[in-house]
Amino acid sequence: MLAIFKREMRSYFTTSIGYIFLASALIISAVIFSISTIFSQTADTSVYFSGLVFVLMIFIPILTMKSFSEEKRTKTEQLLLTAPVSTIQMVLGKFFSAFTMLAIFLASSCVFILPLNSFVAEDASGPNGALVIGNIMALLLVGMCFIAIGIFISSLTENQFAAIVITILVLLLLFVINLFNSLIDVYAIRVILDWLSIYARYTSFTNGIFDIGALIYYISLAGVFLFLTVRVFESRKYN
Amino acid sequence: MVEIKNLVKNYGNKNAVDDISFTIKEGEVVGFLGPNGAGKSTTMNIITGYLSATSGTVTVGGKDIFKEPLAVKRQIGFLPEQPPLYVDMTVYEYLSFVFELKGCDFNKKEHLSEVMEKVKITDVKNRLIKNLSKGYKQRVGIAQAIIGNPKFIIFDEPTVGLDPVQIIEIRNLMRSLGKSHTVILSTHILNEVQAICDRVIIINEGKIIANEKTADLNRVVGQSAKIKIKVAGPNKEVLNLLKSLQGILSVTSDGIKEGDTYSYIIDSNPAIDVRKIIFNALASKSWPMMGMESLEAELEDVFVKLIQGNGKEKK
Repeated sequence: MLAIFKREMRSYFTTSIGYIFLASALIISAVIFSISTIFSQTADTSVYFSGLVFVLMIFIPILTMKSFSEEKRTKTEQLLLTAPVSTIQMVLGKFFSAFTMLAIFLASSCVFILPLNSFVAEDASGPNGALVIGNIMALLLVGMCFIAIGIFISSLTENQFAAIVITILVLLLLFVINLFNSLIDVYAIRVILDWLSIYARYTSFTNGIFDIGALIYYISLAGVFLFLTVRVFESRKYN
Repeated sequence: MVEIKNLVKNYGNKNAVDDISFTIKEGEVVGFLGPNGAGKSTTMNIITGYLSATSGTVTVGGKDIFKEPLAVKRQIGFLPEQPPLYVDMTVYEYLSFVFELKGCDFNKKEHLSEVMEKVKITDVKNRLIKNLSKGYKQRVGIAQAIIGNPKFIIFDEPTVGLDPVQIIEIRNLMRSLGKSHTVILSTHILNEVQAICDRVIIINEGKIIANEKTADLNRVVGQSAKIKIKVAGPNKEVLNLLKSLQGILSVTSDGIKEGDTYSYIIDSNPAIDVRKIIFNALASKSWPMMGMESLEAELEDVFVKLIQGNGKEKK
């Protein structure tokens, strides 16, 4: 697994995908940050962090689009699948490399928060440290689910472009479901939709509440999609 | 030892591999011969754990691939039909990735330089794989397969798409690997098997139609029983003369004419060397022979002979 993880990390930075992801995601989030805090004369970061979810929604598919589609297209998956490595290890290696990229992005984006302290020093209400940490954690969890979904979709196609487009669409769809959920009267459907609403659970973190239920939800949702990815490979053997 | 029993693989309704069984002993170099689509790749992909079988068992070194896949995969080095290369890596980076992927526990630097020396890619070790020629890429693919010194090496069509010089080099490499490993290689080229392998398994439409020592196969095929000659002389009379000669089974004129020269394909009894007889007969009529060449036996000839042979035995 470590070998696959290392190779993925290397490939992010030799194929420039990693740089593209980090640079573009940081630029967009810097713009959102400037508009939502500095230009709005506030130290309240809630608008900024809500915006970051959308940044992840668009940019995480860049990280995951290649993960298995490229291997399938160039037949390198044959090396991985005939090596003494289990399919789970292979999928996890890919997952953790994308997750590391996400963590690098979130860690670098924290730099934005620092000047906010000096900026608002006069009216004495700087950014709330706990809130910031809570938000970053929430983004890691949401991002983790996005990555798992992206990897799953990438394992279904050998076309990177299809993988990125479908992943963005699916993530958008999940967001829309979340918006319409409250309008539906049928209880059963609401339960199902609620199970899919990644975004609803995000809000408690942004309010600074550490929600164990949400934590478990995100980890299991990511687990489900990674498991499905493993199943994709297992079932392909039988075709 | 590789043991395959009653292996079946269906793709939907299509029977890609139809109940085949064979064993391969340690140290053997076995050729897997058959036309494209015969089921060679499918069988190899099952042995290496890339595909699953519909039914049947595959054991490698006493371990079942379906029950203990990792234990089997650890014993096998595999070069698929298309070498699985990450083209954005340099040769060395790629091989060291494979080394770690296989979880080898020898000294990495020593082992890799040994492997690169063996397949003669040391001089390109710092080049990106995408910039290498096809022959070099194939060698990197072979290097990948032999990393970790697996007991069994499986090569799927290792010489397809290479130029003649590269083909000879790769064949030499295979032969030298055969001295220290058990090798299974698939090909649709008959003389490749004859050049490299101890034993040949011929497969057609998912079934094994022959499993013989290479030497025995040569006997079945016969040594260059087909001859092509060019004679300057009257077409019909030459044809009649040739047909009357001893040891000649059939003569066909392909109707190609260059000046007054016609060419003929002669099928002769492999036990008799008909070349002298033909020469003397034509010389006595003073019809000059403009050319003579033995035609290599093709896979199709072997098929025809094997199938005919089987038919005779059944009668």
